[in-house]
Amino acid sequence: MNGKVRKKLWGFLPHLVLILVSVACLLPLVLVISASFTTDAEIAKYGYSFIPKEFTIEAYEYILKKPAQLINSYGVTILVTLSGTVIGLLITAMLAYGMSRRDYPFARATTLFVYMTLLFSAGLVPWYMMVSNVLSLKDTLLALIVPYLVVPWFVMLMKGYFADIPSSIIEAGKIDGASELRIFFQIVVPMAKPGLATVGLFIMFMYWNDYYLSLMFIQNSKKLSLQFMLYRMMSNIDFLKSALAAQAGMLSGVQIPAKSIRMAMCVLAAGPMLLVFPFFQKYLVKGITIGSVKE
Amino acid sequence: MNMRHKFKQLVKYRSIFFLTLPGILLILTFQYVPLVMGLVLPFKDVNYKVGIWRSPSVGLENFKFLFSSDAAWRITRNTVCLNFLFIVTVLICSVICALFLYQVSKRSVKVYQTVLFFPYFISWVVASYVILALLDMENGLLNSILQFFGRDAILWYNEPKYWPVIMVIANLWKNIGYYTIIYYTGLLGISEEYYEASEVDGATKLQQIRYITLPLLKPVIITLLLLQLSKIFYGNFDMFYNLTMNSAALYPTTDVIDTYVYRSLKVMGDLGMSSAAGLYQSLVGFGIVITVNAIIRRVDNENALF
Repeated sequence: MNGKVRKKLWGFLPHLVLILVSVACLLPLVLVISASFTTDAEIAKYGYSFIPKEFTIEAYEYILKKPAQLINSYGVTILVTLSGTVIGLLITAMLAYGMSRRDYPFARATTLFVYMTLLFSAGLVPWYMMVSNVLSLKDTLLALIVPYLVVPWFVMLMKGYFADIPSSIIEAGKIDGASELRIFFQIVVPMAKPGLATVGLFIMFMYWNDYYLSLMFIQNSKKLSLQFMLYRMMSNIDFLKSALAAQAGMLSGVQIPAKSIRMAMCVLAAGPMLLVFPFFQKYLVKGITIGSVKE
Repeated sequence: MNMRHKFKQLVKYRSIFFLTLPGILLILTFQYVPLVMGLVLPFKDVNYKVGIWRSPSVGLENFKFLFSSDAAWRITRNTVCLNFLFIVTVLICSVICALFLYQVSKRSVKVYQTVLFFPYFISWVVASYVILALLDMENGLLNSILQFFGRDAILWYNEPKYWPVIMVIANLWKNIGYYTIIYYTGLLGISEEYYEASEVDGATKLQQIRYITLPLLKPVIITLLLLQLSKIFYGNFDMFYNLTMNSAALYPTTDVIDTYVYRSLKVMGDLGMSSAAGLYQSLVGFGIVITVNAIIRRVDNENALF
């Protein structure tokens, strides 16, 4: 009997630990969501808590009444993410494809060229000067797209997927007289769909979550991406207040529930994508395990 | 292969070459050219009117300045020590989680995996909102709890001594899922037969872990460990910059090379100093990569980077 109880305990222990870790992973987010439904007065009096004493959607009403800033930022982020992902994935795939073709005499040299960049980093300053001074991309949306179009690590990951395509298929295409472009777009790309999906998702998340490029190159408030808007609001709650006051046509200094609005903005800006992500998880997990443990 | 032959081949395979060209040009522009610029910049007193190359040389002035300040030691220590703490804590916790994950059914694995992986997809900007809700001076949850127990509230954003711990926990929170998945995949690669055989011999769960699982997982652990070690000289800018809200009071324990370079460049506009710190990071970082790779080669040749 004692042995049986012990065995049951052992069987439950993993769940117990994993549930605790899971709760620890999610609870902090609950805190933010809860704060967005709490009145500012309550936050000021009792602090942030997991369950609001008095449930209110005041903060959301404030934002959604005049959602110009939010919509504008969504526009910037969606535009940057979409174009960055499409163009970036295409260029990444084309480069990786050349590296994976065994009969291409420069495959090794190209791979080395890409791989070397994983070993060193030029650092922020010359990279910054390249974008802002040499290419003059400051305060343009291109500055949010171009620097991340090709990420060497993603190229290597993509190359792994292309390498799995048997060269006999490419040979067959050649014998049929298909051009290289045709072989790539009509034979190779369809076969590498899972790989393209994985790498594409990584690129997408990179663009969606990026605020670094904005921090570096964007000053114009019309070009604030979601993440950068959130950053500005965090670093400067007055920025939020003045933006809201200006939008609502109020004098600044009027009482605005800035604390809960800040949290509500966070939920509105980051929430939707976080709800989408579990559906793509399968691909991401695949990419992570392939990319980390080289075969 | 002589040049002529190479050129002929290039013509023959021009279609593939043109496919790779956009990528090559981008890497050239954003990696290789800056690398060359980075080797020159710290030694110049940059004058934008005449360009980088024609700017007057200042020799080692910028480096002298950098290493005579307290900053050089502070940012080096913070970068290396905090990264080391991150690597160790994530390793231990994610291996433990992976071991437990291995014990539960496939269906439960999916649920746990999704939840643990969740914070990985939250940007550090959003994470800073979470940290604020916890640590805010007036309204943060932690101070509420402290006061509930009759303790004094702590001005978290002014107290550097707590931040190594805060950073370690935040990093763990964000990355545990990612590494758990990797180690869990590693566990799946271990043949069932070992466990079955050991069960026949009457081994307990702990013995199985000690004598089968961990030894067989060792290659994966070592590879990942070394991969992370090779990046130990690079701080996670997003994390340090956002979570601390760039609070100057916290610099003693949270200022890393990357945040320092950023500040020197964008806030103080000191191009010489920031590029000198950047080159220092690149050179030492490169040395570390080479060293670590040599170690990987010794330990486990297959997983060497090059």
